[in-house]
Amino acid sequence: MLSLSPPPPAPTPTRRPTLAPLGAEHSPEAALSIHDMTVAYHRKPVLWDVDLDVPPGSLVGIVGPNGAGKSTLIKAVLDLIPRVSGRVLVFGKPYRQQRHRVAYVPQRESVDWDFPVSALEVVAMGLYGRIGWFRPVTRRHREIALHALERVGIADLAQRQISQLSGGQQQRTFLARALVQEADLYLMDEPFAAVDAATEKAIVRLLQDLRAAGRTALVVHHDLQTVAEYFDRVVLLNLRVVASGLTETVFTRENLQKTYGGRLTLMTEAAEALAREAPAP
Amino acid sequence: MLARVLESLRSWEWALDGWIIVAGALCAAASALVGTFLVLRRMSMMGDAISHAVLPGLAVAFLVTGSRASVPMFLGAAVVGVLTALFTEWVRGVGKVDEGASMGVVFTSLFALGLLLVVQAADHVDLDPGCVLYGAIELTPLDTVTVVGREVPRVVVMLGAVFLLNLTCVLVLYKELQISSFDPALATTLGINARGLHFLLMTLVAVTAVASFETVGNILVVAMLVVPAATAFLLTRRLSVLLVLAVGFGVGSAVVGHVAALAVPAAFGYASTNTAGMMALTSGVGLLAAIVVTLLRRGQPLRIKNPPGSPLFVDGGGTVRVSGGGR
Repeated sequence: MLSLSPPPPAPTPTRRPTLAPLGAEHSPEAALSIHDMTVAYHRKPVLWDVDLDVPPGSLVGIVGPNGAGKSTLIKAVLDLIPRVSGRVLVFGKPYRQQRHRVAYVPQRESVDWDFPVSALEVVAMGLYGRIGWFRPVTRRHREIALHALERVGIADLAQRQISQLSGGQQQRTFLARALVQEADLYLMDEPFAAVDAATEKAIVRLLQDLRAAGRTALVVHHDLQTVAEYFDRVVLLNLRVVASGLTETVFTRENLQKTYGGRLTLMTEAAEALAREAPAP
Repeated sequence: MLARVLESLRSWEWALDGWIIVAGALCAAASALVGTFLVLRRMSMMGDAISHAVLPGLAVAFLVTGSRASVPMFLGAAVVGVLTALFTEWVRGVGKVDEGASMGVVFTSLFALGLLLVVQAADHVDLDPGCVLYGAIELTPLDTVTVVGREVPRVVVMLGAVFLLNLTCVLVLYKELQISSFDPALATTLGINARGLHFLLMTLVAVTAVASFETVGNILVVAMLVVPAATAFLLTRRLSVLLVLAVGFGVGSAVVGHVAALAVPAAFGYASTNTAGMMALTSGVGLLAAIVVTLLRRGQPLRIKNPPGSPLFVDGGGTVRVSGGGR
């Protein structure tokens, strides 16, 4: 069942923008807290002064236009790209000490799907950290992987070479791989991109299961229409954090306008999304 | 014609031809093991780059030690191999050019430096530039060392050692090489050092290239690294099977290549030809055969997604085309 968050309040022109980052004072219990993080490629900043606290057990959507630094945010948290400045704490400790508690679901296009591995083998990769260097994958590991494929509903495709899977099935494989990591914090880069409706539903159910189990998920999301439905909290990102906090307070027309600026087509989408929740004044 | 072929094979001597085949097979097998991962990483050109770039490493080792002692040669090669990978990354980052361009700059410069050094060194030590470039597999049986009371060609011992090194690394680090080739970012988040494994692979490629330069030479080793793996890639969707097939194709092309080097020219009334060249040609014919088999097996026009950077692809109509480097 989908648990529908209350719709965002109708934006009124007089309302003050919720600009102050909610994580101004960082809570030590935060699943993820990012302090003044700046990231640059070739000296050109792509993320400025990101300050963010993610409370445990929340589903957080990261929203922003193309090139806003959404993927960069996740990669910088995971130490995959260097930070110019700032500090990242995962459950109160530096990421390097908490690696085993964090699972990463990269963008589907980031890997070569012609690679000679089966869906089951890809899922088993999530266990490699736990298995340790030099040790082989055993039957027990394969059973865990198969169970995870069952959870995402494609256990029957376990032996398929991954290029023989549909886009949605490939995405489910990636999610199953994150599941076997049994992490507390899940960082997902566009899991909903170009998937079929059934997969989208399956992912939503999975996210809710994770939340019910007290896990936290940070999800890069591109579909503004479903943000309010899927996520408790939202981070509006465009090089800086434009706004972050509870979806019903932060996901407003004003903030979206600030985030997306003059990108008209996207703004139309945003307007439609808002109009559906509450008629525009 | 058949009589001429039989005549050419009558001079077959296991003590000579046997060792030549063993050397070729070990070279092909060692190359196929690391070459498979180059092909899977879409880095086949890196094999080309490194096998050329090790030349200055070899030359410096010759100039410093004044001999063809194996250990300094391998050290020199390994260092330059890793340097090639590092320089390539650096030129790409600083020069803001694509990987192909930066690789082209780095390896041609290193190769040119190596060529100058080799020509210089040739005056002082027993080193023939032609041999470095094209190999001299036919001379394999002449230079032997004694191993447990038996005369074994030095090259065979060296290639055997490199084959065992590569095999050990692939067996022990199978899952690490797999994950870091498929999804290096995930590997890194799991605490598996993908960058370290990248440089390990580059080192193995460099060492393999050095061990191979006396047999198939600096240039044709690229064929041994890439072609058997590319052939196997067409025929299987399992990494373990792919590795076995690639080694099998490599060894097969060594055997067939040597026999063909004797027999094919004889059929037309010529003297035997270069074995290394025939090995590379055989593996190329094998790749073509694999394409045909794939076509027939599917019973429909072959559709292979054009791998980025691959010069060869099969278009929607089933025609094999050579791409201009675009997608």
